[in-house]
Amino acid sequence: MDLFEYQARDLFEKHGVPVLAAAIASTSEEAHDAAAKIGGKVVVKAQVKVGGRGKAGGVKVAENAAEAKEKASAILGMDIKGHTVRTVMIAQAAPIDSEYYLAILLDRSNRTFLVMASVSGGMDIEEVARTAPEKLAKIPVDANLGISTQKAKEIVAAAAFPADVAPQVEAVLLTLWKVFQSEDATLVEVNPLVKTVDGKIIALDGKVTLDDNSGFRHPDHEALIDHAATNALEAAAKEKDLNYVKLDGQVGIIGNGAGLVMSTLDVVAYAGEKFGGVRPANFLDIGGGASAQVMADGLSIILGDQDVKSVFVNVFGGITACDAVANGIVQALELLGTKATKPIVVRLDGNNVVEGRTILKAAAHPLIEQVDTMDGAANRAAELAAK
Amino acid sequence: MSIFLNEKSLVIVQGMTGAEGTKHTKRMLASGTKVVGGVTPGKGGQSVDIDSHNLPVFNTVAEAMSATGANTSVVFVPPKFAKAAVIDAIDAAMPLVVVITEGIPVHDSASFYAHAVTKGTTRIIGPNCPGLISPGKSNVGIIPADITVSGPIGLVSKSGTLTYQMMYELRDIGFSTAVGIGGDPVIGTTHIDCLRAFQDDPETKAIVMIGEIGGDAEERAAAFISEYVTKPVVGYVAGFTAPEGKTMGHAGAIVSGSSGTAQAKKDALEAAGVKVGKTPSESAQLMRAILGR
Repeated sequence: MDLFEYQARDLFEKHGVPVLAAAIASTSEEAHDAAAKIGGKVVVKAQVKVGGRGKAGGVKVAENAAEAKEKASAILGMDIKGHTVRTVMIAQAAPIDSEYYLAILLDRSNRTFLVMASVSGGMDIEEVARTAPEKLAKIPVDANLGISTQKAKEIVAAAAFPADVAPQVEAVLLTLWKVFQSEDATLVEVNPLVKTVDGKIIALDGKVTLDDNSGFRHPDHEALIDHAATNALEAAAKEKDLNYVKLDGQVGIIGNGAGLVMSTLDVVAYAGEKFGGVRPANFLDIGGGASAQVMADGLSIILGDQDVKSVFVNVFGGITACDAVANGIVQALELLGTKATKPIVVRLDGNNVVEGRTILKAAAHPLIEQVDTMDGAANRAAELAAK
Repeated sequence: MSIFLNEKSLVIVQGMTGAEGTKHTKRMLASGTKVVGGVTPGKGGQSVDIDSHNLPVFNTVAEAMSATGANTSVVFVPPKFAKAAVIDAIDAAMPLVVVITEGIPVHDSASFYAHAVTKGTTRIIGPNCPGLISPGKSNVGIIPADITVSGPIGLVSKSGTLTYQMMYELRDIGFSTAVGIGGDPVIGTTHIDCLRAFQDDPETKAIVMIGEIGGDAEERAAAFISEYVTKPVVGYVAGFTAPEGKTMGHAGAIVSGSSGTAQAKKDALEAAGVKVGKTPSESAQLMRAILGR
């Protein structure tokens, strides 16, 4: 889960990373009050989970509370790269001397953690990495050792931070590691980390990604979920514990296993090329245990999608055999009754395939059509969606 | 021959007394796997009857190893307790630890992986994987045992059901070993580890490699193939239609910016001489053409 800037800032504050006074507002009146409380010059920042908001006009300086109200009213409701601004952060303004960059992240390639640090902060760090890689220090961090004082010194030296800020940057690294480790983050990024004109080091903007698998030890992370941004179908699927992603096509997809479902999306898109560019409408992995209830939940989500014209159920019977899956489909259609209105192409293979196909054949449901191969079934589902 | 797992593998099940552990222990025994015991902290000294087998339960992996001579462990412990279970196995110097558990926080996997590297005596497969099977010899994890038979193809895949699909497509030819390495961001055994082992295994004649979006494991595997693998390799990559920024089921399956796309992976594999099919069936056909069957 990616956090908003203000949520990242709050986690920073909680773990002792130096940040400026700030508050959030979802109306211009709230923005006014927040600015008045902070006092003096403030920055009004759109809270969106996408880069480039400054260029899009989502960050404005305000000299006082009245101006903050005005700026907030312009920014709230703005569309930034498809993200609607629902919240702004009102932050104390700081006179900046220098801008740096710090990040701790999961390095998948090397299966360890990595610190990236640069004294060329502020701008797009990927640009720095591409054009001047020598300006971006990359230091691996052992998952079991973390960032010690010694390690922090090593990082500060590798990135060549100026001597006058070195002790402060070392301290920031220790607190950022606390954020990264104790919050189960996979990314903690500060860009820019600034030196103010009076020589203080402050995290001015932050990006944090939390590991969704760690929810069991962070009940407080639940409150960080942005429900407003979640697609209604995705929200309904999540409630049923289904692994669902809404896409933009017309063929509803249900399958078992993430890899097989991804593959099914591709095969449907290839088949759809012959039928005027029909594409998959969603990703839905019902997992290994495809019970009747799970199948019914999945089918009902997909049939509730206005964009869906046909459905492709693609199951390889493993631990859950094909006969159980077939019974699940039949029972699911009974549960759904007249709510099921779209043609459903089913391809079963694997464990107990003969029994599974026989069950579906015997059920003789008018919406169900069986095709024996994955490619053939994708073709048929695409054809039906194009009708 | 086979890789990592053979008829001599003696297997203990960590979490055997739990519902999942019991269910899959039964399946593994039925497919001929030599399961010799289980580990559940606090239940040492008990025993569990599964079909005609009476299996002892131990408190620690070290005790289980010294009592049974086990050289392989399979972990069905829930995410909350998985790290402790894997660390226990690493500390006992268990040679092979197969972690089936899905949903382990990546800080935990990074921690036990780092610990295994430091100790240098344990190979971890997974987490969040279906395990591995050397058909006719041993089956550790949740891969259905009866899809196919022993044969000349080696298979490595991030995905469980795609593994089954590919084994099914080529079931008449058969497999030396099929390894599901898992779709998490941090995994113990990579495509490269399996490619190396298959290249060195005299009975494996050709290799199928199944990849998916996210990370750069396939690109690295492609570089390794150019350099080290002389056996024919057929590839398949899932996720061409996946949009940027959406996680597709596996915690690792996400396209971020221009990196991790299926097209980039396919291009890298083809540049290394790997024949890449557009669909699983097409990849299976490519393999048939190579083996002349």
